[in-house]
Amino acid sequence: MNGGLDIAEDPARGSCPLAVEAQGLVKRFDGTLAVDGVDLAVPEGSIYGVLGPNGAGKTTTLRMLLGIIEPDAGTRRVLGHPHPHEIARQIGYLPEERGLYPAMKAYEAIAFMGSLRGLGLREGRRRGRELMERHGLGYAAERQIRQLSKGMAQTMQLLGTLVHEPKLVVLDEPFSGLDAINQGKLETLIRSLAANGATVLFSTHVIAHAERLCEQIAIIAGGKVPYAGSVDAARDRIPAQVRLETERQDGLWRAALPPDTRSEGNVWSFPLPEGGVEPLLRALIEGDAGIRSLSIERAGLHDAFVSIAGEAAARALEQENRP
Amino acid sequence: MKWRPGSAAQGRLSGWQAALVVARRDLASILFSRAFLFFLAGPLFPVIVGLLAGTLGQQIDAGRAESRIGIAMSAPDTEAMLAARGVLAAKLGRAVPGMVALEGVGPDGAFDAAAALRRDEGDLAAIVGGTPDAPVLTATPERIARWQGLISLTAATATERTPTAFPPVRPVEVASSGASVKQARMITAQAGQALLFLLIMLLAGMVLSNLVEEKGNKIIEILAAAIPMDAVFLGKLFAMLGVSLVGLTVWGSVAALVLPLAGFSLSGLPAPGVGWPLFLALGVVYFATGYLLVGSIFLAIGSLASTVREVQTLSMPVTMGQVLIFFLGSYAAAHPGEPAELAAIAFPLSSPFTMIARAAQDEAVWPHLAAIAWQGLWVAIFVRAGAAMFRSRVMKSGAQGGSGRFLRWRRRGSEPGADTAIVQERL
Repeated sequence: MNGGLDIAEDPARGSCPLAVEAQGLVKRFDGTLAVDGVDLAVPEGSIYGVLGPNGAGKTTTLRMLLGIIEPDAGTRRVLGHPHPHEIARQIGYLPEERGLYPAMKAYEAIAFMGSLRGLGLREGRRRGRELMERHGLGYAAERQIRQLSKGMAQTMQLLGTLVHEPKLVVLDEPFSGLDAINQGKLETLIRSLAANGATVLFSTHVIAHAERLCEQIAIIAGGKVPYAGSVDAARDRIPAQVRLETERQDGLWRAALPPDTRSEGNVWSFPLPEGGVEPLLRALIEGDAGIRSLSIERAGLHDAFVSIAGEAAARALEQENRP
Repeated sequence: MKWRPGSAAQGRLSGWQAALVVARRDLASILFSRAFLFFLAGPLFPVIVGLLAGTLGQQIDAGRAESRIGIAMSAPDTEAMLAARGVLAAKLGRAVPGMVALEGVGPDGAFDAAAALRRDEGDLAAIVGGTPDAPVLTATPERIARWQGLISLTAATATERTPTAFPPVRPVEVASSGASVKQARMITAQAGQALLFLLIMLLAGMVLSNLVEEKGNKIIEILAAAIPMDAVFLGKLFAMLGVSLVGLTVWGSVAALVLPLAGFSLSGLPAPGVGWPLFLALGVVYFATGYLLVGSIFLAIGSLASTVREVQTLSMPVTMGQVLIFFLGSYAAAHPGEPAELAAIAFPLSSPFTMIARAAQDEAVWPHLAAIAWQGLWVAIFVRAGAAMFRSRVMKSGAQGGSGRFLRWRRRGSEPGADTAIVQERL
């Protein structure tokens, strides 16, 4: 569908039913291409991350998946339905731009969000109070939203997203604006949602969150998805790096080092050769290089992101992550 | 609470249920706010001030038409009747209608009361002729029933200071001509139109800024993700209609209490063709349809605005548009049965104004049922069109073929995702 798409082979995809499936989603705004043929396949019960810098098309993609805006081309199926509004009761959505009625009481705001998804108002109020109690915010249940701190209001909205116990939870940049403690709490909550059988689809521009939480990711850049698949498969796309430190700097053993080896004094770095490190080790020992240390480091998601999305996208991502 | 994903009912809310959720939230947030008390009190201020100043009642009393009874008797008898009226008014207050001596009465009291009433329909309510010993009351049947006893009392008081015997009053029912009835009902038609216009103009304007809060607070995205935009629009309209009806109920109740104390009665206006109860009921229905029709357009226009300032800028042309519609309705009322009236009935925005005038002028009920159905259909069309426009222009959903650039002066960027930021900003 899109030229750059690379959906990694994943044995789970064949057997596991999909919570979200999109093919060739395209969206233009006033003639400008915002999303260019996005394909996604989110397995049921998984934690799936859409990773990319701001302006990459993450939010537009999520909005199209949820039916907030209609794509100009392409198809989507959410929990098996082509029209997401038809199954609104089974979906919870936290938009990137947080929004609540300032004059509403906190537990009422949660109940209102539930009522939009078909939850009875009385039950929504009961659950709203209960959820707030469970998250240590029971004391603020009767307060108006305008009286809450930004972090508390964000938590309120997240609870409102979950109050009707949705099967699919879509979170657009859920970590933005949260302090480290609340980010940790949110990560725990996301894991518990998935553990209880819900599918969690979230967008982020923070690689660490995606790496820690997601089983599968889609990297999105410039409106395209150059990679979609498991985090492990993404990391495996880059060969592991060997870091070698020797006692001597020169000798016949140097001929055994791969041609793209970088050096800093007696420290040598190079990609893991296809045949492994055993032949090299033998040459180092026979050449009396004096091995001080040797480690093999697997590539991180950041390296994979740079490799897949390009240096420019990686730089944009890094800039956004700076405090 | 045990987490059971997907345990909620399947599917989605129906359009009506979704609209109800939105309407309930909006209604509660407005009714239980302090600002609503000012909203309710606003129209009452002039009435209260007027009553406190003690002038309103007098003005209404001086101006009311229904209390004027003409005396067409010989000069001494007329003088005696007017004096008796003064005595009774001192004891009974405004329950005693005003009486005036009529000119053109012959020396023997001869006078064509029926002709005089036809000439002065809407101003002179009844004429008492004959003598105080044998008064003759010429009026419509309703007014005869209302004033027969009072005229007898007045005539008895005119005869002796402390009456012991009450002369029988001979009633003469007026068979008003068709032309005079039509002319009289025109007053009611115009009054109905004016009231309807005033209420809709004052109240529908509130709808203009209705979506600004949602857009400002970014709540619109939560709503749009959960329920159809049609339901959002409909819910907001119904909420504002509910607020308006609550206001009307309060104002109407206050008016019903205060105005009779000031001597004003609906019977001062010529009875409408369909009768007062149905006329009032139709007034409420046409207010609702008129409000929804105008409101749905206001809501759509207002939804395209990004700020309160833009809404304020839009208010004036929108109000002028309303005035034009009112003029169309007024013109149609003055030309019943003509193509102009039919056109004004068919044009959805002027239809409620024209039909309330028709209810005053014509007895037939079925045209109102047809008109209400017609107006309801157009409410649905307007809401759908408004929601579609919002989706297309503001949320940029669907095909991007539109050539309109209304309120899009903040374009920027050309790289992928840049326009997403614009949509975000608008939302």
